[in-house]
Amino acid sequence: MGLAKRIIPCLDVDNGRVVKGVQFVDIRDAGDPVEIARRYDEQGADEITFLDITATHEGRATTVKTVEKMASEVFIPLTVGGGIRELDDIRRMLNAGADKIAINSAAVFNPEFVGEAAAKFGSQCIVVAIDAKSVSLPGQPPRWEIFTHGGRKPTGIDAVEWAKKMVDYGAGEILLTSMDRDGTKNGFDLDVTSAISEAVHVPIIASGGVGNLQHLADGVTKGKADAVLAASIFHFAEYTVQEAKEFMAAQGIEMRL
Amino acid sequence: MSGNAVHNAKSTVAVIDYGMGNLHSAAKALEHVAPDAQVIVTADPEKILSADRVVFPGVGAIRDCMGEIRRLGLDQVVNEAIKSKPFLAICVGLQSMMTRSEENAGVPCLDLFSGNVKFFGERLKDTDGSVLKVPHMGWNQVSQVQTGHPLWQNIEDNERFYFVHSYYVSVANEKLIAGQTEYGFPFTSVIAQDNVFAVQFHPEKSQHAGLALLGNFMRWNGQS
Repeated sequence: MGLAKRIIPCLDVDNGRVVKGVQFVDIRDAGDPVEIARRYDEQGADEITFLDITATHEGRATTVKTVEKMASEVFIPLTVGGGIRELDDIRRMLNAGADKIAINSAAVFNPEFVGEAAAKFGSQCIVVAIDAKSVSLPGQPPRWEIFTHGGRKPTGIDAVEWAKKMVDYGAGEILLTSMDRDGTKNGFDLDVTSAISEAVHVPIIASGGVGNLQHLADGVTKGKADAVLAASIFHFAEYTVQEAKEFMAAQGIEMRL
Repeated sequence: MSGNAVHNAKSTVAVIDYGMGNLHSAAKALEHVAPDAQVIVTADPEKILSADRVVFPGVGAIRDCMGEIRRLGLDQVVNEAIKSKPFLAICVGLQSMMTRSEENAGVPCLDLFSGNVKFFGERLKDTDGSVLKVPHMGWNQVSQVQTGHPLWQNIEDNERFYFVHSYYVSVANEKLIAGQTEYGFPFTSVIAQDNVFAVQFHPEKSQHAGLALLGNFMRWNGQS
């Protein structure tokens, strides 16, 4: 008995609409992020992550309204990420009702920003998102680097060292996405997940590659993740969050059922 | 949310706003459980002291929180408010009522309850030797100690609530403990005395159980 591992459905939102497609059996408007968040909340999701992929100024204003609406209807923790570059961006999202803020590229370009954000708002609400990709050749010791721009631009930064540095700057949690696995449905990259989980004392959210429920369980048992994030397996009603939790609990993982 | 509506249409609840972190989620959850009540997010001492109920939330680092509480004169207000009306403190709200916190190299707090706020440590281990992450983040169980307290109504013993914190309170008077949680060791996750109920977890983010607790608070007359 004790702290439960978390399941976090993730919504990619562009200009107030969920993209990547969401198809619940019995809701008509599957693109509405608030409706989808409500559905996941009913299924027992432990948190919701909202990734804002909007590029325009107008779209950002829509995002704030969506976050506000979501936070007044869904009473579980809400993480908002995407395009967070300034302390004002963080303040705006927290005021709209977000509980945690994910910082990705801005941390790579300006690590001090993570320190400033943690000092201002507290480590508990600063999540650093890391996009890691394997760079070692077969036969070499495994090594991963940070990539930016949706996994297209290498930075030369070692992922494990980077995670440690971000925690030193005040990150309260790490959202780790394997760019090798994202979208493949082949499961998390368990090696990079456990390497980073063992290197830092803050919780790790594993992301990228989930195709079935065993992948979620493996993320916790083999990847040593504290939380697992997935999008498409839930969006397309392949599995409900409840089914995922029961599956994981049956393997001896502590869950909130 | 438990079904009973709050009957007094003019009931007011002040959420103390000292500018730190996300107080809006607490206000939104209160509006949700008590649609007839007036929820006021404010730093105005007069409004806080004239409200029927007071919620004292808080997230962030204790030094900044205490700095703002004192700068805004809210230390006096809290001191006054806890004497009589139903008073709910959440997370850093709870911690700030203790004598002293270890956070930020040591910060004197409001000393309304004797005891200290301690760090979990970065090398926290579970009883089986496995590493426990700090912050303590996620859904953990609360074992009810003052059983039968009105705020535990319709909430099962060992129900899970959402926590996110690296520091915990250690109270001098064990009679104050109303809830305990295990994280490497049992720590005090709820204290209660007379009209005061103070929780380390976030009821506003704890789905059904959290909303039930907030609903109980909105119906509470402040007697335990």
